[in-house]
Amino acid sequence: MMARLMTNRTSFLFAVMAALIIFVGFIQSWNVAFTIINLCLISAIMTLGVNIQWGYAGLVNFGLMGFTALGGIAGVLISMPPVPGAWEAGGMGILIGLLVGLGIIIAAVMVWKKTAHLGRVQHWALAAVLVIGFFSFRHIVDPAVAAIESFESAKTGYLGGFGLPIMLSWVIGGVLAAGVAWLIGKISLGLRSDYLAIATLGISEIIIYALKNEEWLSRGVKNVTGLPRPVPYEIDLQESPWLIELTNTWGLSLIDTSSIIVKICYALLFTAVLVGIYRLSEIALKSPWGRMMRAIRDNEVSAEAMGKDVKAKHLQVFIIGSAIVGAAGAMLTTLDGQFTPASYQPLRYTFLIWVMVIAGGSGNNAGSVIGGFLIWFFWIEAEPLGLWMIELLTSGLADDNALRLHLIESAAHTRFMMMGLVLILVLRFSPKGLIPEVKR
Amino acid sequence: MTDILNALVILANFIFVPAMAYGSQLALGALGITMVYSILRFSNFAHGELMSFGAMTTILVTWALQSSDISLGIFPTALLAIPVAILVTVVLAVAIDKSVYQYYRKIRAEPVTLLIVSIGVMFFLSGLVRFIIGPKDQVFTDGQRFIMKARAFKQMTGLNEGLAIKMTQGITVVTAFVLVAVVFWFLNKTRTGKSMRAYSDNEDLALLSGINPERVVLITWVITAALAAVAGTLYGLDKSYKPFTYLSLLLPIFSAAIVGGVGNPLGAIAGGFVIAFSELTITFAYKKVLTYLLPESMAPDTLMQLLSTDYKIALSFVILVIVLIFKPTGLFSGKTI
Repeated sequence: MMARLMTNRTSFLFAVMAALIIFVGFIQSWNVAFTIINLCLISAIMTLGVNIQWGYAGLVNFGLMGFTALGGIAGVLISMPPVPGAWEAGGMGILIGLLVGLGIIIAAVMVWKKTAHLGRVQHWALAAVLVIGFFSFRHIVDPAVAAIESFESAKTGYLGGFGLPIMLSWVIGGVLAAGVAWLIGKISLGLRSDYLAIATLGISEIIIYALKNEEWLSRGVKNVTGLPRPVPYEIDLQESPWLIELTNTWGLSLIDTSSIIVKICYALLFTAVLVGIYRLSEIALKSPWGRMMRAIRDNEVSAEAMGKDVKAKHLQVFIIGSAIVGAAGAMLTTLDGQFTPASYQPLRYTFLIWVMVIAGGSGNNAGSVIGGFLIWFFWIEAEPLGLWMIELLTSGLADDNALRLHLIESAAHTRFMMMGLVLILVLRFSPKGLIPEVKR
Repeated sequence: MTDILNALVILANFIFVPAMAYGSQLALGALGITMVYSILRFSNFAHGELMSFGAMTTILVTWALQSSDISLGIFPTALLAIPVAILVTVVLAVAIDKSVYQYYRKIRAEPVTLLIVSIGVMFFLSGLVRFIIGPKDQVFTDGQRFIMKARAFKQMTGLNEGLAIKMTQGITVVTAFVLVAVVFWFLNKTRTGKSMRAYSDNEDLALLSGINPERVVLITWVITAALAAVAGTLYGLDKSYKPFTYLSLLLPIFSAAIVGGVGNPLGAIAGGFVIAFSELTITFAYKKVLTYLLPESMAPDTLMQLLSTDYKIALSFVILVIVLIFKPTGLFSGKTI
C-alpha cells in the first residue's frame, strides 16, 4: 500500500515536471526547454552521487564543486589534441617533476612512519623532507612550466590532451574524481561532520585555485574552448539535405531545428547515463551493502560493535559518490563545449546540488532525481518569474520610477532568495523531502 | 645598518601592516563563528553573508549621510554609519533565529541539520544583499586615505623604502582591538557573560542553575551580529565591497576559528592572525628584501617567492587541512568560552 502511494506520488511529480517543460516549450521556446532538460539530467546525476553519500551514509560532502571541475578537466585532457611544441618545450620536465613530487610524498609518509617512536623529531623530520622536497620540486618544474606556458600562449600555452573521443572522459572524469576522493577521504573522513563539511569545501576551493593557476595543465583563466563533441554540429546539420527537406515540408526554422536536434542527441546520451546510474544505485540501496550503510548512518557505534569497519565503508561511499559527481562534471563540460575554471562557484556547484537532494528527499533516489529536475527548473526560471512578479507588484508605479527600475534590474537575484527559502521551508515542514525515504 | 632597516621597512610595509589589518578582520569574523558554535553548537555557514549584510547596511547609511553632507573629517563617514548597521544586523539575526533556528533547538536537532539550515540562510541572505545593493563593486571609503604616506616616511627617516599605513588599516586594527577587549570583558566579568560560559560548558547544569537558555541564545546573536557587522564593514572599507567576496571570506574565517580551536575566543583571534600572517609571508616575493640583506654577489635573480600570490586564499585552506590532520582540536584546545 505504502509503496503504491509512493509510486503514485513519484509519477505525479514526474508528470508535473514534464508539464512544466512542455509549458516552457510552448511559452518560451523548445530550444530553452531542451537546454533546461539537459542541465536537469546532469543535475540529477550529481544528486544521485550526493544521495549515495548523504542519503545512504550520512556523509556531508561540500566539495562537489571540486569534483565537478575535476570531471571538467578530464574532458579537456581526454578530448583536446596534444600540443607537440609544448610537449617538446617542457613535457619531460613536467613528467620528471611529477615523479619527483610523488617520490617526495612517499618519502614523507615513510619518514613519518619510521620516526614515529622519536617523538618531536618526527615533526621536524617531516618538515625537513617537505621543505627540501618542495624546493627541489619547484626547481625542476618551474622552468618546464614557464616553457610550456610561453609556447604560443595566445593559442595554446598548455600541454593539450590526448585527442581521444570526449565521451571517454565521462569515465575518466569519474576515475579522476574517485582518486582525489580517496585522498581527501583518507585525510578528512575521521573528522566530525561539520569539520568534514568545512574541510571538503576548502579542498574543493584548492582544486579550483589549482585549475585556475596551473596554466600548463588547464590554460587557467584563458579557458579551453571548442572541445570536440560526441554529437553532430549544427552547421553540418544545416547543410544536410534531409533536414533541409524536412524543415521545408513542415515549415520549421532550419537553424532552430538543427540546434534542437543537437540538444536532443545530448539529452538521449545523458538519459542513458542517468538511467544506468539510477539502476545501479537502486540495486546498491536494496542490497545488503545498502542495509549496512543505513545501519552505519543511523547508529555508527552499534554498527561498529557489529564488526563493520565504519571508516572503510565511509571511504568507499565517499569515493563512489564523488566519482558520480566527477562523471557528471565531465558531461557538463562536454555539453558546454568549453572549460572555464573561473565559472566554478560553490553556490552553484555545491550548495545548489544540496538543495536539490534535500528538497527531493535524501535517501530516495527517485526523490533526488526529481529534486534535481525541479530545483534546476526553478533556478533557471526564477529570473523570468521574479521579473514577472516584480512587474506585477510595481505595475502601479511609473515606468521610470527609480524603485521599480532597481527592482527590475535586481530580479535575477531572487533565485538565491528562492533557493534559500526552499531549503529552509523544506527542512522545517517536510524534512524528508518530496519523495521520502522508503522504510525497509 | 641602513640595509637592514630598509629590509625591515619592506617587510613591515608589505607583510606586517596588511597582515595586522587582515588578521583583525578574520579574528572578528572567527570570534562570531566561535560564539555561535559554543552556544548554539553548530557551524554557521551564513556568517559570511551576515557580515556582507552588515557592510551593505553601513554603505546605505553612509550614502544617506554623504548626501546630507555629514562627514567625519579625516575619518571615513562609514564610522558614523556602523552603529546603525549593527542595530539592523542584530535585528535581522534575532529575527532569523526566532523564525528559523529556534525550532531546531526545540526539537533538539543534530548539529548537521542546523548546518544545512544555515546553508539555506546563507542562500537567502546572499540573494537579499544582491537584491538590495546589486552584485557590483562599491567603494565607500572617504576622508583622509593615509595615516602615513610612503614619501613622508622616506623624508622623515631618510631611508630608501617607504612605509605606508592606510587610514582604513589603522581603523581596522584599533576597532578590532577595542571590540575584542569589550567582548572579553563581557564574557569574563559580567553576570550574563558568565552565564553564557556556563551554558557553553555544560548545558544541563546551566539549566539546572536557572540560566534562561533563550536569553543566552539571544545575547549570543546580538554579539555575533554586532561582530559580523563591524567585521564586514572593516573588510569592505579596506578592500572595497563586493557581495560575492564574503562567501570566499567564509573559508579563511572558518580556518581561523578551527586553527585556534573552535569554541575558544582567544584561539579564534590568534587563528585570525596566524592565517593572515602565513598567507602574506608565504606568498610574498622576498627578492628586494634579500637584495638588501645579502652581499651583492649573492643577490637573487628570481622573485624568491614560495608560492604565487594567486594561491593566497588557497593557503588558508592548506593550513586548515594541516591543522585538521595533525591537531584537530586546534592550537588552543581544551578551553572554551
